[in-house]
Amino acid sequence: MFNHLLSLLIWLPVIGAIPVLLAGSARPNLARWLSLLVAVLTFVVSLFLLVQYDPAGNAMQLVESHLWIASWGVHYGLAVDGISVALIVMTTFVGILVIVGAWEVIQDKPHQYMAAMLMLEGLLIGVFCATDALLFYALFEAILIPMFILIGIWGGPRRVYATLKFFIYTFFGSVFMLIALLYLYQKAHTFDLATLAALPLTFREQAWIFFAFLIAFAIKVPMVPVHTWLPDAHVEAPTGGSVVLAAVMLKVGTYGMLRFILPIVPDAGAHFAWIIIVLSLVAVVYIGYVALVQEDMKKLVAYSSVAHMGFVTLGIFIAFALVREQGNTDMALVGMQGAMIQMISHGFVSGAMFTCIGVMYDRLHTRAIKDYGGVINVMPWFGFFYVLFAMANCGLPGTSGFVGEFMVILASFSANPWIALFAAFTLIIGAGYTLWLVKRVLWGEITNPHVAEMEEISGRETFVLASFAAAVLALGIWPQPLVHLMDGSVAQLVQQLAIHKI
Amino acid sequence: MPTLNDILILLPEFYLVAAACLLLLLDAFMKPAQRPLLHWLSIAVVLVAIYLVIAGQPTEARSAFGGMFLRDGVAETLKVFALATTALVFVYARPYLIDRKLLGGEFYTLMLFAVIGIMLLVSAGNLVTIYLGLELLSLSSYALVALNRDAKLPPEAAIKYFVLGALASGMLLYGMSMVYGASGMGGTPTLDLAQLHNVMSYTTAPTLLLFGLIFMIVGIGFKLGAAPFHMWIPDVYQGAPTPVTTFIASGSKLAAFGMAWRLLDGGMGDLSQHWQLMLAVLAVLSLAIGNLVAIVQTNLKRMLAYSTISHMGYLLLGLAAAGPEGYAAAMFYAICYALMGVAAFGVMLAMSRAGFECEEIADLKGLNQKSPWMAFLMLLAMFSLAGVPPLFGFWAKVLVLEAAIHADMLWLAIVGVVFAIIGLYYYLHVVKVMYFDKPAEGSQLQAQADKPLRVVLSINALSLLALGLYWGPLLGWCRRAFGL
Repeated sequence: MFNHLLSLLIWLPVIGAIPVLLAGSARPNLARWLSLLVAVLTFVVSLFLLVQYDPAGNAMQLVESHLWIASWGVHYGLAVDGISVALIVMTTFVGILVIVGAWEVIQDKPHQYMAAMLMLEGLLIGVFCATDALLFYALFEAILIPMFILIGIWGGPRRVYATLKFFIYTFFGSVFMLIALLYLYQKAHTFDLATLAALPLTFREQAWIFFAFLIAFAIKVPMVPVHTWLPDAHVEAPTGGSVVLAAVMLKVGTYGMLRFILPIVPDAGAHFAWIIIVLSLVAVVYIGYVALVQEDMKKLVAYSSVAHMGFVTLGIFIAFALVREQGNTDMALVGMQGAMIQMISHGFVSGAMFTCIGVMYDRLHTRAIKDYGGVINVMPWFGFFYVLFAMANCGLPGTSGFVGEFMVILASFSANPWIALFAAFTLIIGAGYTLWLVKRVLWGEITNPHVAEMEEISGRETFVLASFAAAVLALGIWPQPLVHLMDGSVAQLVQQLAIHKI
Repeated sequence: MPTLNDILILLPEFYLVAAACLLLLLDAFMKPAQRPLLHWLSIAVVLVAIYLVIAGQPTEARSAFGGMFLRDGVAETLKVFALATTALVFVYARPYLIDRKLLGGEFYTLMLFAVIGIMLLVSAGNLVTIYLGLELLSLSSYALVALNRDAKLPPEAAIKYFVLGALASGMLLYGMSMVYGASGMGGTPTLDLAQLHNVMSYTTAPTLLLFGLIFMIVGIGFKLGAAPFHMWIPDVYQGAPTPVTTFIASGSKLAAFGMAWRLLDGGMGDLSQHWQLMLAVLAVLSLAIGNLVAIVQTNLKRMLAYSTISHMGYLLLGLAAAGPEGYAAAMFYAICYALMGVAAFGVMLAMSRAGFECEEIADLKGLNQKSPWMAFLMLLAMFSLAGVPPLFGFWAKVLVLEAAIHADMLWLAIVGVVFAIIGLYYYLHVVKVMYFDKPAEGSQLQAQADKPLRVVLSINALSLLALGLYWGPLLGWCRRAFGL
């Protein structure tokens, strides 16, 4: 079984979705329990991954490689490093929580909802362990189908607009990546990522390929100015959709940068790193201000996601600047580490924030901040969790949000104090919009009579929120296991930054 | 004098001619109550033909009647898939034809003659055989389009098809005559494609030859339905009875690819640098017109018609690459398109009933609630047509894009993907209507209960997924046909 652990992880949820679908709308409970069973099994299998993966060992582990398309030399190639393992375990963890979270909430065709979720989970796991560029690309695009359905069927009033925009926007970015991959195939006659990483390319080629990759991944992250699909998609998506979108799907973008831009076009990456750094700072500062004025809770958290992902891209590309211009590998390592931790942390925090909003939405059926106020009076336990996640969102020490942001700022400071100054703005703006949100929603007198009728969270909701809270606190107080898990892989990535390929 | 060997090489074709004539006779002498039997007989006839093609496959390319007829890998592959799509059309058409009282010998025999035309066309080794096959296919198709002669649209569509088709045939013939003439300038005039191949090296009239080439490309463009020779496609698709549309969208396109390859690579291979650019222009125009105009269509058949035009643009990407890799990619694309087209039209046929043509996009409203399985099959077809992985259509697109890049036409590949993004919209729109919209008031959407239709259609659509996951063998087959 351990030889095919990764395949098992991908195919278990994808195949598991079929019986869920077959359970049909006539037996919704069967569909729910089946999907929970599949999700839990997947999570358990992913725990084996933690055991099997040796952080001190070779970079890519648990390798599976089968010839897929002989005449093209395309392989069904899977392998993981520490970063993939962390992302996969996070995906399976969130996978359980979204299914539990949707238990009673989704009453319309629950079997299709659960099946789409499971397929999405399987495909996302696939993205995180593909070592063949064409396989990666196919999975990267295939994710769009279940997400399109999820937003379109179970979403809010403007769901059709949002889901079409989401699909076409992301598809637009990735087709250029396909052209770049086919170009690389002409030169290397393989899609194997390790071979492509060793392929010498002129600067001109690298620059074009860099931008082709960048547009694909920047849209997925999303970076300013191609982030406009995200607020729409988030606002209209059902709660589970928002959670997966924020927690896992955005990471596909930054993960892609690590797997494609860094190893394949390092020289172009270093040359154009300043573009990404500037855009990341714009995301951190400007989008922070945009979040401040939102009147819709989901939109506010969506914009805060863009700002937080700005930290991830900043951490990755500040490492370029540090290694190439100053030869400061140690600090580059810190920056890269910080970006990775921020990726995982943001997954839990944003997932938790969207779950909280979902809990309130289920009761009041509105996302407008002005309709709330004084929620803590009727839902004290919910208030407890909400405040905790809000603190993590603004990066309070002791929560997971702090660790990553701190490390990225530290690395930026060595590169250029001005960058650090702008990046550190997030501590103020982030606290601003998050705390103000808490103030308007939780504290104060109850002004809306409907708020007074809101019921305290149920056992099911408590389970979901408590799981998120445990993850957030664990990472905040004791990040060492996560750092240890990704340490070797991050060091490997930083080494690759220094390699000239021209 | 034809030898026995010649006849053996043409066995599948001879057999089909005999079987089609026999069916015609049977139809004339059968009691009306026994007519439905014709349906099963025709399917059996086609299946036997597939068997004959595969079983009689020679190990190496063979020719008969002094090079008039070639039996090689390309011909075999195209024939198998053309016959298979015809069998699919027969299965899907039955409930539709019964509901409209069209089930009779005419449909089946005309279809069989059209297939014989396809088989001759893709096996042609001579300009005359090409013309013969093309006319057999076209004349049968004109009649098929007008099958429902009492309705308003079909005769109109048939007349349009006939007039424009005759014009295109005339152009093709005119081009052939010029090429024939040019080959006589400085050598013996020839109609044989293999002998024409190097005509540039000996002819003293290259201008005449190029003129001939241009006229032949007009004919090819018309048959493929590539812009700017696409005008007939939307009207014919919409006007023809849906089963006939299905056939024109699938089998006919395989034939068109075969014809283009025979003429261009076989006969005019020497002039590839000239026709490459012409095909590239046709490809760009088809991609642009097909994808942009499809967006505003409200009729599903018309939308799929414009989508065909855009798909022919992608197919031309592979042909324009002018090398065995490109041809293999283009053939893969043609096969893929045939399978996708049959599946998409198959769902329309399954949802049509007596007095209800499921042909407006709005007719599919809320299909996921009324008939989730049919909606899912249509979803597969739509995502495949749009080229979203992991479905089959995506890989076909990847192959032709790769072929274009391989032939140093990066710009063409970029045009191709840009229009893939634009094209995505109208396919997603169909999914949106099926999945996100509520069924219309009093909507009677209900799938046909016909068992064979449901089972075969399910296999057909699911194969788009299965082939998307494992397309290696089919690609290998296409590549072997071109000697790779």
